[in-house]
Amino acid sequence: MFDFLSGYDLLGAFWVTVQLTLLSAVGSLVWGTLLAAMRVGPVPLMRGFGTAYVNVVRNIPLTVIILFTSLGLNQTLNVQLGAQDFDTINFRLAVLGLIAYTSAFVCEAIRSGINTVPVGQAEAARALGLNFTQVLTLVVLPQAFRSVVGPLTNVLIALTKNTTVAAAIGVAEAALLMKKMIENEAQLLLISAVFAFGFVCLTLPTGLILGWVGKKVAVKR
Amino acid sequence: MSSSVLYDAQGPRAKRRNVVYTIVFLLAVAGLVWWVYQNLSDKGQLDWEKWKPFFSGSEAWTTYILPGLKNTLIAAAMSMIIALPLGAVFGIARLSDHAWIRVPAAVVVEFFRAIPVLILMIFGNALFAQYTNVNSDDRPLYAVVTGLVLYNASVLAEIVRAGILALPKGQSEAAQAIGLRKTQTMTSILLPQAVTAMLPAIVSQLVVIVKDTALGGAILTFPELLAAVSPMSSYYGANTIASFTIVAVIYVALNFSLTSFASWLERRLRRAKKSTGAVLAPAAVGGTESAGTAA
Repeated sequence: MFDFLSGYDLLGAFWVTVQLTLLSAVGSLVWGTLLAAMRVGPVPLMRGFGTAYVNVVRNIPLTVIILFTSLGLNQTLNVQLGAQDFDTINFRLAVLGLIAYTSAFVCEAIRSGINTVPVGQAEAARALGLNFTQVLTLVVLPQAFRSVVGPLTNVLIALTKNTTVAAAIGVAEAALLMKKMIENEAQLLLISAVFAFGFVCLTLPTGLILGWVGKKVAVKR
Repeated sequence: MSSSVLYDAQGPRAKRRNVVYTIVFLLAVAGLVWWVYQNLSDKGQLDWEKWKPFFSGSEAWTTYILPGLKNTLIAAAMSMIIALPLGAVFGIARLSDHAWIRVPAAVVVEFFRAIPVLILMIFGNALFAQYTNVNSDDRPLYAVVTGLVLYNASVLAEIVRAGILALPKGQSEAAQAIGLRKTQTMTSILLPQAVTAMLPAIVSQLVVIVKDTALGGAILTFPELLAAVSPMSSYYGANTIASFTIVAVIYVALNFSLTSFASWLERRLRRAKKSTGAVLAPAAVGGTESAGTAA
């Protein structure tokens, strides 16, 4: 019944999906945290930049960003991202696009987490004489992160699903393989079920495990 | 906590330091902008020739952009109109007292929320190609709308459920006390209030839908706004950057006005004295608007 699977590297395609997800997750966590720090910081120019970045990027379709990295950055501006062959370049471009897009949502999640930290915490930290960077990194962000595990999990699940957009620039991940298999094989429903099952396997456990972690680490107030 | 709680009122030294930070940041951004500018003008992407089609004459707009935008809006509107009642049915089904209704509805909703829209669109496209005789010109639209409906109906189901659960318990208790049946309680007491509470969340879901239509353009040859970029840039002499910029600006303008409308609605509903005070914030469900999906 599943002999149509032979000849296709199903696990390989899902492995690319996982790699895209993990690399973009780390990248967007870092860049998103920096953006959030800019948005709550004392320098007006950085606040303005953070706000503008989030508002613009959130309102552009991810597909436009991903296609732009290929057609605009790579083919027009010759950005190679240190890679030589076509596949590696496209993979890195997709990661870059996913980071640029996802970090806007990470930033908003972390900012909402900062809002859940009681005012007294930051006031006490300032009373001790800590400066802005110390207040943020030693007192506020550690507590904020513990309360945003839930929202960040939603961002991570959305990111996992968003990696399929990389198919638009020919990254050999699950959605592209599905398209190819549907064109070549007859069992439409079975193929679709296999890929749907693959994504359910990726997203449901993420939600369950991180949901449990989120409950564990949340600050009881 | 407002951001000003995080730092003290600035004295002379802090002010000087902030000026230094501002200048350093400005230099970094300026450096990036300069690099992009240099590269673009080397490649001739900033020549007036490449941008002229959009600012003088209406040909680029009437041939490429406006028809694309029209298809984007049609697909988004169709998806929303079909997904909304479907979502309401599943949202209410998940609140049913009967396990044989509640559990299957939950399974369907969770299943379609866990799958990327693109997978659903590719599936829809092949489904219409193999099992129906939908004209091949219309097929991409059907596929895009099918994918968007399946995904967004399940997201809207969660919004409806959250909207009903957000109402104060006294509403349904009062309805029971005056002897209304369960259906009557739902249709004449809970739903009308929940719909108002959900409006902001529904409008921002529309942003997600608009963004996701672009997938159809990139993968399924659906002639929407994003798909207008490549014929446009080849017709006007490889003005890739100019075409992308114009299309992105249109998306941002469209979605930003929808987002602003959603938060205006939310503020207005929170102020309104008549309501029960239950309002579903735009990103209340699923957390991340669209991070929702692709979009």
